[in-house]
Amino acid sequence: MQQGTIFNIQRFSIHDGPGIRTTIFLKGCPLGCAWCHNPESQHALPQIMVRAERCQGCGACVSACANGSAVITQGKRQPATCRACGNCVDVCAHDALELVGRTMTVTEVMQEIMKDELFYDQSGGGVSFSGGEPLLQAEFLENLLAACRRQGLHTVVDTCGYAPWPVLAKLAPLVDLFLFDVKLMDEARHKQYTGVSNRIILQNLTSLAALQKQIEVRVPIIPGVNDDRKNMEALAEFLRPLPILGVKLLPYHAYGVPKYAYLGQAYRLDEQLPAGEVAVEKSAAFLRGAGLAII
Amino acid sequence: MNQRIKSLREESLSAVPHISIERARLVTEAYQEYSGKVSVPVLRALAFANIMEKKQIHIGEGELIVGERGGVPQATPTYPELCCHTLQDFELIDAREKIAFRVTDDVREVQASEIIPYWQGRSMRDFIFNEMTEAWQDCYAAGIFTEFMEQRAPGHTVADNKIYHFGMRDFQAKIRDQISQLNYGKDPKAYDKREQLRAMDICAAALIRFGERHAEKAEAIAAQTDDCERKQELLRVAEVCRRVPAEAPRNFWEALQMYWFVHLGVITELNTWDSFNPGRLDQHLRSFYEAGLAEGTLTRDKAKELLQCFWIKFNNQPAPPKVGVTLAESGTYTDFANINVGGLQPDGSDGVNEVSFLLLEVIDEMRLLQPSSNIQLSKKNPDRFLRRACEIVRKGWGQPSMFNADAVVQELLRQGKSLVDARCGGTSGCVETGAFGKEAYILTGYLNLVKILEITLHNGYDPHTKKQLGPKTGDPELFVTFADLLAAFRKQVEHFVEIKVQGSNVIDRLYATRMPAPFLSIIVDDCIAKGQDYNAGGARYNTNYIQGVGIGTLTDSFSAIKEHIFTTGKLTMAELMQVLAANFTGYEQQQWLLSQKTPRYGNDLDEADAIMRELFQMYYDIVNGRPTVKGGVYRINMLPTTCHVYFGSVTGATPDGRLAEQPFSEGISPVQGADHFGPTAVVKSASKMDHLLTGGTLLNLKFTPSLLANDEGLKSLVQLVRTYFRLDGHHVQFNVVNVETLRAAQREPEKYRDLIVRVAGYSDYFSNLSRPLQDEIIARTEHQQF
Repeated sequence: MQQGTIFNIQRFSIHDGPGIRTTIFLKGCPLGCAWCHNPESQHALPQIMVRAERCQGCGACVSACANGSAVITQGKRQPATCRACGNCVDVCAHDALELVGRTMTVTEVMQEIMKDELFYDQSGGGVSFSGGEPLLQAEFLENLLAACRRQGLHTVVDTCGYAPWPVLAKLAPLVDLFLFDVKLMDEARHKQYTGVSNRIILQNLTSLAALQKQIEVRVPIIPGVNDDRKNMEALAEFLRPLPILGVKLLPYHAYGVPKYAYLGQAYRLDEQLPAGEVAVEKSAAFLRGAGLAII
Repeated sequence: MNQRIKSLREESLSAVPHISIERARLVTEAYQEYSGKVSVPVLRALAFANIMEKKQIHIGEGELIVGERGGVPQATPTYPELCCHTLQDFELIDAREKIAFRVTDDVREVQASEIIPYWQGRSMRDFIFNEMTEAWQDCYAAGIFTEFMEQRAPGHTVADNKIYHFGMRDFQAKIRDQISQLNYGKDPKAYDKREQLRAMDICAAALIRFGERHAEKAEAIAAQTDDCERKQELLRVAEVCRRVPAEAPRNFWEALQMYWFVHLGVITELNTWDSFNPGRLDQHLRSFYEAGLAEGTLTRDKAKELLQCFWIKFNNQPAPPKVGVTLAESGTYTDFANINVGGLQPDGSDGVNEVSFLLLEVIDEMRLLQPSSNIQLSKKNPDRFLRRACEIVRKGWGQPSMFNADAVVQELLRQGKSLVDARCGGTSGCVETGAFGKEAYILTGYLNLVKILEITLHNGYDPHTKKQLGPKTGDPELFVTFADLLAAFRKQVEHFVEIKVQGSNVIDRLYATRMPAPFLSIIVDDCIAKGQDYNAGGARYNTNYIQGVGIGTLTDSFSAIKEHIFTTGKLTMAELMQVLAANFTGYEQQQWLLSQKTPRYGNDLDEADAIMRELFQMYYDIVNGRPTVKGGVYRINMLPTTCHVYFGSVTGATPDGRLAEQPFSEGISPVQGADHFGPTAVVKSASKMDHLLTGGTLLNLKFTPSLLANDEGLKSLVQLVRTYFRLDGHHVQFNVVNVETLRAAQREPEKYRDLIVRVAGYSDYFSNLSRPLQDEIIARTEHQQF
């Protein structure tokens, strides 16, 4: 695949690997984590986000709609008929509509990436691929990684680990650092909160580690979901034998909640869930005590 | 910060700025006595000597570095020979809420009975406005350009290292030697030179006397002091003041006091724009510091304490208030002294030393508006130095700003300075490049580039003042291509630059003939050697700058026209003119199209950035290289101070979607909120301008504290600066503050009196800024949650 679906390109990204980086967000994810702060990243195809509170009812989108109906009428979405062509977005003067996801070729993405080459050189940075789940567009990702390799750029892949092993194994040589998410150790609970089993994820992490790849394990700490002692113990036990760089704990935030409404989706967690900084401190202390390096 | 510094700092911050009439009185007295009896340079010198001989001497409790421009801290003199305040002006500055100066009844009385009667019609401001053409006056009134010299003398130079090697007696010897070598038979200028040199001699003697008077005062206070420790200190102060400025300083303390006397001399002689400063202070102090430590006569702590005392002296001298409309429009106490740290040594090696780090520590602890501070960062300086500076920047009060020392050297070399002079140079004021101690680099005024576009779109007519200010360059509705518009714009810029330059050339002669600066001339090469005044071309290098304002707004406006009129055809020129005339009222869809669907500067988009380059090059070509009357050259730099707010207020709606009267973009920063891809994209766009062709550019980057909170954030900031400088960027400064904090400060200013923000090339108290400027900074800051 020479083209894929991208939903964001973030320059001056400084928390997704070493140095100053550009992070490419690939759209589509096999998981549906209840706490996901980028719900617009989950669906593989482009979507229209509707900020209904900004709609002035001017009707510009209705007239512009390619398939005869508008994505939004009188502040109400009409999702059934929307094909996310984006015509309505182009005419909305109130910034109520946003097209999430666009098709880009490898060449186009590389053009964006190379814009900050000097910053990577200077800072020891590079390119990070995140999502969604970048492995879901494996061929596109492989082409991008190969292109980066040709330019001598440092590459990071941020993955949930849910992909057939051969896919991951094939990409691994092109990746300098993996940011590998581990969410929950209990399979049933994993399924409950993310929609899929964690078996393949944990297996992939073990296999990847066996290849001596650089791996930073990332755990989003969701209060009440995975910060309990039992999960932490299981996590520590699982990670301890693996030759990973360390574990980074990411605090839960509710920043993504409004986006669910923009997408016409329901948020499954308690919207009042407290931010995760305190829980992160606690979990970090525990994991450190269990002999893991906390990054 | 020890107790002494705490209380001196507190005193400086809490003293109420007020008008001191002392200087006006002493100058007037001297003019009444000598005017018409002696040559103009000697008259100026005698006026200077009269002040130095008679002004009140102040030595504050606990002070180690002594001397005030006014009678006491925050007492601010006026300069009636430059511009004479009316009683209404005094009324206004006394009563106004922001940047107020208390004016007592006594002061008003003296102003009314002695100062105004003498100076009315005789001040430089009066002369300047009398001499300016109608076209100049119209442009000035319309806000097409400003004129620095109508209220302040041409200053803008910075001290080099000579005052640490020579005392005033040494300078007198040089001056007298020059006088003795004059050849009245062969040199037609011999007499003029003699008068100029005699004036310098008088000024040198006057500064020596000023030092002695401080010694006498210190001894007098010591005699009445029971506190043994303070008595010893005062006797030491007296010893220092007997040594400097008469002779060259021998140690760290004397070096600082030497500079301070010279500083007071310069800012007392004339009200120089962009206040004089010590420049490369860490280079100048290094040998004194190292020698003191080696001899055991100085400790690091003592050096720091002396530096902190020195810092406070700057903060005690608010910028003198202006007159007339400028008084109402402008407001800052900041006098733009800007100390340079780091950079290169004369031999081109890394200039960072222990004093550099000591200065950064002082900057960090003092948190004062004045002196402002910057680092001169060379590729040869270690990251450790930049990291330390970034740690201070991260605290969010805007200092130090960062300059590319290697680019500054290249800029100076391009302008014809010698390599050593270039390496000993730096930046001052906001961002202006100069050969310290050897160059008069005068800011003549800002040019409102966006307003000139507005006038171009009206075929030379200014809809604001309703006058035909520019040539008729064609009805834009008849323009067939984008190039037609550019050509018309070029003609308009040429027209207004011509008017500006003609005015400046007259003003330069007025200063050269009527308002020489013999004291400043002593310490600027090669005024003594040439027997020529600083204001008359005596400096080794002479440059006049015209500062371009609003390049971001201008680029986006041109880009919008190109995109929507000449490329997609979504709008016609007639429609655009209608939309702009209505200030977008009823045309929100068009405003959205113009602002949101235009390739805009600051996003690393070549289509927008190419327009910026073309406009920049056009401006450069029109200004750069014109000769000045001082034998120098006109050049450009790209900085606004706060003029982007004033210029915005006199300019109608613009094609980038900006509403009428709103501020423009500042410096070379993108329009507030127009950049969408973060700091690397802004840096890339900004570096597409050829900074080396300028004498300074100003880039503002905004960060939320959270982005820079941890070690990763700090490292990224370091590397961001390094990369910008690798791309030949001239300057970058950072605002690190939350929008919430700014909003709260706007609501409850009394609780946020100490909140300092970076404005444009300088920092100021947020609560002292005008509401539009506050709003603008909030808008700037808001847009950083990328």
